[in-house]
Amino acid sequence: MNASDQKRLLREMIFYRRFEERTFEAYMERKIGGFLHLYSGQEAVATGVLEAARCGHDYVITGYRDHIHAIKAGAPAREVMAELYGKETGSSRGRGGSMHIFDPTVNFMGGYALVGQPFPLAAGLALACKHKGTDQIAICFLGDGANNQGTFHETLNMASLWKLPVLFVCENNLYAIGTRIDRSSAVTDQYKRVAAYNIPSSQHDGQDIDVVMASAGDAVAHVRAGRGPYFIEFMTYRQRGHSMSDSNAYRSKDEEREWLERDPLKIYGERLKKAGIVTDKDIAAMEKSVLEEIENDIVRFAEESPEPRVEDLNKYCLDDQPDPRWIGPLAQGEQHG
Amino acid sequence: MAEIAYWEAIRRAHDEELAHDRMVIAMGEDIGVAGGTYKATSGLYQKYGADRIIDTPISENSYTGIGIGASMAGMRPIIEIMSINFALLALDTLINAAAKIRYMSGGRASCPIVMRTPGGTAHQLAAQHSARLARMFMSTPGLRVVTPRGPLDAYGMLKSAVRCNDPVIIIEHESMYNMRGEVPDTETFRPLEGAEIVRAGTDVTLIGYNYSVHLCLAAAEKLAAMGISAEVLDLRALRPIDRDTIRRSVEKTHKAVIAEEDEATVGVGAEIISVIMEECFFALDAQPVRVHAADVPVPYNRQLEKAAIPNADDVLAAALKVLGRV
Ligand SMILES: Cc1ncc(C[n+]2csc(CCOP(=O)(O)OP(=O)(O)O)c2C)c(N)n1
Ligand SMILES: [Mg+2]
Repeated sequence: MNASDQKRLLREMIFYRRFEERTFEAYMERKIGGFLHLYSGQEAVATGVLEAARCGHDYVITGYRDHIHAIKAGAPAREVMAELYGKETGSSRGRGGSMHIFDPTVNFMGGYALVGQPFPLAAGLALACKHKGTDQIAICFLGDGANNQGTFHETLNMASLWKLPVLFVCENNLYAIGTRIDRSSAVTDQYKRVAAYNIPSSQHDGQDIDVVMASAGDAVAHVRAGRGPYFIEFMTYRQRGHSMSDSNAYRSKDEEREWLERDPLKIYGERLKKAGIVTDKDIAAMEKSVLEEIENDIVRFAEESPEPRVEDLNKYCLDDQPDPRWIGPLAQGEQHG
Repeated sequence: MAEIAYWEAIRRAHDEELAHDRMVIAMGEDIGVAGGTYKATSGLYQKYGADRIIDTPISENSYTGIGIGASMAGMRPIIEIMSINFALLALDTLINAAAKIRYMSGGRASCPIVMRTPGGTAHQLAAQHSARLARMFMSTPGLRVVTPRGPLDAYGMLKSAVRCNDPVIIIEHESMYNMRGEVPDTETFRPLEGAEIVRAGTDVTLIGYNYSVHLCLAAAEKLAAMGISAEVLDLRALRPIDRDTIRRSVEKTHKAVIAEEDEATVGVGAEIISVIMEECFFALDAQPVRVHAADVPVPYNRQLEKAAIPNADDVLAAALKVLGRV
């Protein structure tokens, strides 16, 4: 990876952090409603894994903590912000909100609120890739808590049985809301849990984007080569509460401080500085340009965009232009025995 | 025109759609090598191979989810659930995902899956194999729910369901797989919407769907022998409901009986009566009557089971009641 890519990655991660912080502000101003789950602290995982994949080509799917996965996959950040604002120009036309960002034009197939539900959907996307014979893969990002769902076991079994091109990325941030992993998982190392399904797996530092990119690169290559699924676990930490209403009362301040030391932006920024690729001044300039972009382009777009029309409430429930050959109407008096 | 069995009609629809479009696949338990619990996919594994006729492990929620994921990427999966009772395991992916993905993505993603499953009380299969559950699916926005009553619809509606861009639930019935009926030799599609007048009449409307249409038809025969002209209406689709056809029939007969094999509470009959109230209350000459299952889990004992599930005589009695003949 050359210096300009490294700089780009650092800027991207700064952007993701500031984007999430800005959504927090908008939430406090009640411009964003519903549940809002921020990705701050985990940026190196989605950024690094998707850097190792082919965004726009590979399918990406995840849970409700989905803003950054969507943006890195290629969804325009202004549309993601507009979605949080509930606007017609949003990624999901204001119908989904924070937890349901979609952009099929870049094969970002959604954020889902049901913990563990994306496992089988990802395997299905992979089944389609395999069936079509393309070199696409499906990448499923989920939390550690999701592994306690039946869909985890059912899907790993089928994905392995059918050798589906799917990469399962476990973002192990040690907590499922307020329940620490050792209180919910009999085996705390999540990568060990997949051994039963004959799927290769490994565990890595999720705070160091270089480690993420290298390990995800190998995993992606394995899956893309048609050797079946891979399960990769990254140890990470969310810096904020589970969602807006969560005060993190269940975590110790020492633990939080320790992980703050291992902030992925800090780790990567320091490394690039040491290597002489960026200076403090460069980073300050990045921060400034990121904030400007967020304010002048992204938030502005969201603020100025129109709301969906109430007349369109029933749109998108079913196909709005169905083919009458399949739907009807049934000619009256058409009888049969 | 040939007379074929209901299961053969389903098999033919699979065969034609699999041949028509490589993106069509079938998946479910025992549908491939074993040929399907009701033979509805027999021979297709040999013809289309293991990649298109996929034998799944007993993981209803996740293989349904895999079908949904595949459909989001352009495939057309026909998902078989061995019994509607087992569909309860798949409700998360079906109702929380398939039914909502188009809407919550603002129309940008869609899930054109078909889920076929037999729902109904057959012959002493007891409580855990005899649920109907149609009412649960019909109350879910984002789904289409159809209930073919015979081979022609079983064939033609499955074909339409595969082509349609929405998730479609096809509720079959264990007691209908061997039922025979005429199906044209040429390719035929039957629409997924629209109720059908199966027998025209003037004195009372008997409304059914799936198996209960046959109870209505049998009751209509008996009524005819008594000089009463019953109209039999097959709802065909439980979602969306064809309000117009119901209204037109009730405006003609002024009396309605709704026969469902399900329990009555928050059920098909309750919904149809609401439709009648909203569409044509003033056309009614008598209060509508529901024929429905007893409000208990289905018992094993033959006599108890019979008592729990409505039959043609129950429909007849209900018709006589709305006609003021009892
Ligand atoms: C099926 C289901 N059960 C419960 C919840 C409530 N819930 C939302 S997030 C969450 C914790 C998930 O933790 P994890 O998978 O580790 O992801 P993280 O939030 O840490 O990223 C729970 C219990 C839900 N959304 N879905
Ligand atoms: Mg977690």
